[in-house]
Amino acid sequence: MFYREAGQFKTSYASDQAVFPILQDRIGVFIILAIAFVVIPLTGNDFIINAVMIPFLVFSLAAIGLNLLTGYTGQLSLGTGAFMGVGAYACYKLTTIYPGVNIIIWVIASGFFAAAVGAVFGLPSLRIKGFYLAIATLAAQFFLEWCFIRIPWLYNYNVSAAIEVPQRELFGIIVTGPRASAETRYYIVLSIVVVMTWMASNLMHGRIGRMWMAVRDMDIAAELMGIRLLPTKLLAFAISSFYCGVSGALMVFLWYGGAESAVFNINQSFTILFMIIIGGLGSLLGSFLGAALIYILPIILRFVPPQLGIPLHAATIEHITFMTIGALIVFFLIAEPAGLARLWQIGKQKLRVWPFPY
Amino acid sequence: MKARQLFVGIACAGLVATAVFASKAEAQGIYVPLLTYRTGPYANSGIPIANGMHDYLTMLNERDGGIGGVKLNVEECETGYDTKKGVECWESLKGKNPAVVNPYSTGITLQIIPKAAVDKIPILSMAYGLSASAVGEKFPWIFNPPTTYWDGMSMIMRYIGGKEGGLDKLKGKTVGFIFLESGYGREPLPLLQQFAKDYGFTVKEYSVAGKEMQDQSAQWLAVRRDRPEWMIMWGWGAMNPTAIKRAAENGFTMDRFIGIWWSGSDDDGRGGGAAAKGYLALNINGLGSNYPAIQDIKKYVVDKGKSQVEKDKFAENFYNRGVYNSVLVAEAIRNAQKLSGKKVVVGEDVRRGLETLHITDARWKELGFPNFAAPITGVNCTDHNGHGPAYMTQWDGAKWVKVSDWIHPIKEKVRPLLQEAADEYATKTTGWPKRTEACDKAS
Amino acid sequence: MGILYNIFIDPFVQMGQAPDLFVQTLWEGLVGGMLYALIALGFVLIFKASGVFNFAQGIMVVFAALTLVGLHTAGVPAFLALGLTIAVMFALAWTIERVVLRPLVNQPDIILFMATFGITYFLIGFGEFVFGGDPKVMITEALYLPKGSITYKAFGGIVSLQRLDIVAVIVASIMVAVLAVFFSKTRIGRALRAVADSHSAALSVGISLEQIWVIVWFAAGLVALVTGIFWGARSDVSFALEVIALKALPVLILGGFTSIPGAIVGGLIIGIGEKLGEFYWGPLVGSGTDAWFAYVIALVFLLFRPQGLFGEKIIERV
Repeated sequence: MFYREAGQFKTSYASDQAVFPILQDRIGVFIILAIAFVVIPLTGNDFIINAVMIPFLVFSLAAIGLNLLTGYTGQLSLGTGAFMGVGAYACYKLTTIYPGVNIIIWVIASGFFAAAVGAVFGLPSLRIKGFYLAIATLAAQFFLEWCFIRIPWLYNYNVSAAIEVPQRELFGIIVTGPRASAETRYYIVLSIVVVMTWMASNLMHGRIGRMWMAVRDMDIAAELMGIRLLPTKLLAFAISSFYCGVSGALMVFLWYGGAESAVFNINQSFTILFMIIIGGLGSLLGSFLGAALIYILPIILRFVPPQLGIPLHAATIEHITFMTIGALIVFFLIAEPAGLARLWQIGKQKLRVWPFPY
Repeated sequence: MKARQLFVGIACAGLVATAVFASKAEAQGIYVPLLTYRTGPYANSGIPIANGMHDYLTMLNERDGGIGGVKLNVEECETGYDTKKGVECWESLKGKNPAVVNPYSTGITLQIIPKAAVDKIPILSMAYGLSASAVGEKFPWIFNPPTTYWDGMSMIMRYIGGKEGGLDKLKGKTVGFIFLESGYGREPLPLLQQFAKDYGFTVKEYSVAGKEMQDQSAQWLAVRRDRPEWMIMWGWGAMNPTAIKRAAENGFTMDRFIGIWWSGSDDDGRGGGAAAKGYLALNINGLGSNYPAIQDIKKYVVDKGKSQVEKDKFAENFYNRGVYNSVLVAEAIRNAQKLSGKKVVVGEDVRRGLETLHITDARWKELGFPNFAAPITGVNCTDHNGHGPAYMTQWDGAKWVKVSDWIHPIKEKVRPLLQEAADEYATKTTGWPKRTEACDKAS
Repeated sequence: MGILYNIFIDPFVQMGQAPDLFVQTLWEGLVGGMLYALIALGFVLIFKASGVFNFAQGIMVVFAALTLVGLHTAGVPAFLALGLTIAVMFALAWTIERVVLRPLVNQPDIILFMATFGITYFLIGFGEFVFGGDPKVMITEALYLPKGSITYKAFGGIVSLQRLDIVAVIVASIMVAVLAVFFSKTRIGRALRAVADSHSAALSVGISLEQIWVIVWFAAGLVALVTGIFWGARSDVSFALEVIALKALPVLILGGFTSIPGAIVGGLIIGIGEKLGEFYWGPLVGSGTDAWFAYVIALVFLLFRPQGLFGEKIIERV
């Protein structure tokens, strides 16, 4: 009833191929952005912003990065954590060497370092496919993780092998370091994530995105159609790693405030991979939904038993949380194997004909 | 599908909202959060510590009705040794006026050090964490008594020197250092290398990645090849028992194998089996249940079923370590009450309480812990550590036995390195806030 | 020049100078490799029959070992506990097939992979809930596993073999042999290979997919139990053991996902390769190389044989 596209006529190709061709979708996106930019900072407390929203956005960005590679180009990667680490360490080095430069520029620039490293480890992808490719990226994961601790230059010879985020200001407002307010950091993360999502969306609707999807669907056929595989795949690795790198830099600079190499371990890579699988491969929306489910759900679950007044030990709650998450993952997969994004589409379809389904 | 989704969404939102509002409502007593890990790969080290910390504070509630007549509101937050969850815990507890936070993970400590000064919550990272944080001018909110890893390394060197008849006897010999590949494991390396330079011995490094900690066969073969005189270990979790087993298999003499205080839990010894007999580890707390206060814990907490500890694991080494941690917390709260005149103290008061932490032998006895630990006298506004002594324990096949007197750190070696590290830390992180907190005199 | 000497000549000089250490390294590599192969075998069994990349194999190892030790501590005699653990593993296989796999028939590989991650999470929570997170000592004596070591004076030095390791290698070999015979000679084994080739073809000749899946998951559970016993005895039984499943990945990829001999050969190559690498070349870069060396070995092999050593040739048609 409320979600009908009847009467919305497209008069040009451009409007027909728009990212959100339906008016209601545009309104919906606008509302979501309004909530994100206005409502949450106004109403959310520190916990919501610091421990829920910022991490959620950071993970979403990383998930988008991996989704570009795995969901759109069909190259399985288990090195996401390490590529995030490259971004974080690059940003740390850059800002300690050139402290005067705007930190946002360094956060973005660190993505290029991650992109370069990603492209190098993407080289085997021409010959190796599927689960076998995962090994190449696993090698990247473990090798880079080893480097993060083995090359003291990367963390400025800190005795505890940790990187600590220095304080940086932007137009007189403290944006990083301990004294930056949660709202400031939230706005920066949100802006970067929104802009980069918009860029990714445009990328996917353009030539590059189509090339990637052709390679994913059948690389030999794509090659026959004149798509050069190596540059295409390497580009996918580079752009994907760029996103991961920026998200890693955001994670350390605007969320954690300090890190050691263990933050970028294999579990991080798996977490991001699971986000995109459960959210929906090859869907930007899915990246957000997956990040929400995998990251926010455990937080909520942890709060349920104490709120219901069930006196349980912290450890027992953790056990139950683990079991519930496991069961929920299986449940969601059975309910809709193509991911939450598909579930959303089905929902939209239902809504379109509601309340008269026939 | 849609309806269900919507329902789940609303339910989740509602729960978050109630959680957030409800958490603000409760503010009875002094809130002491404990970041613990009873799950995950490092649970073997985390469980006894969590039990010890929890049980001592519960005992104070049961026996004395809290501290200064105010009940302690003890709450555990499970981290699973995971940095992400640690930060989450911090964010969720900081609104509830916590007295002090014990992160029990170097990784988590690093994340929350910058937050401490802003949120006005002191951090007590007892003998772990960032060594440089011992410098009170730079880190007014971070405390890591009674001693640091560098002090620990110097104590081990002193012990070795004692056995060898002088450290210069090590000239031309080899000392092996096996460590968990992490910031924690790497930390004592500069000091060890300094010693090697000064006394002319060689250091061989054997690093163990967290993923490989249950194998270690290549590392110990290398030990067999290099034939070091002494082995020193900085391990944690499942790395410790495995290292002890491999050492025995490769015929390394156990009483020349020394672990830091985090490599000396009873599970480590037991896991090593009979072969572990002779293995040495530093220790900072007393062993066994033969202290009045520990007996009180048994009487008021364990026997009443208010503890999660298994009966046969009560008062093991790491359990007592947790108790030690809680004694420091309790003393800091007591000091804070005295200094501030308030009954219900919050982070800012407890920071002052920690800065005036002063536990003499007599005070230890008064607390029901005669000779439980070395007196803590060195903590003040400039030194948040105290650089206290530790003693050596040995695994006799079934339990830990004390085999040395208090060993004091070699201050002249440690202090310059420490100062340098702290200065570097504060200059590198430009804009590090200047100390504005006033200094209290110890009472 | 010095670097080249250190890389290409010095390690071999060392091997020649101390042959006892070389033999010892090989032996440690063999033992490690055999145990990696066991984990990889669990993966291969399931992948062959259902195309599922079973991420939960690692936690199954922990779960099986914990059940065994837990039952024994509860007072059950060792061998009865062993039998009960086998029953538990069967129940687990049956439940997984019923609850997880059956509704997900015909889904893409990656979805099934994800489902096994759900199983992993559930088992972690369940295992810790039931048995607690503290480490347990594996019961070795009650199971008549020997301890101590045999020491030979040979190769100009000492070579010492742990009795436990010898038993581990023997048991692992027997296990592999039995499984190989089972899959090539018996009716169920033939049915299993038919399922591996094509689900629908197998169904059409009257093979019950459900039955086959329960059998392979049960077999993987048994392999997990054996792995758990020996890894548990080598260190201790705790949830940290779960990460060894990661070690099986390069093994699998090296040997090919569907080949049992591949898992064995791959395991041995990885096991011996990483020990030799860490022992002789590790000190050049400050040791700790065993964290990634296995993956690099696998990567190098893959560049020449993208389908693994024994994997089926991938033929692609447009």
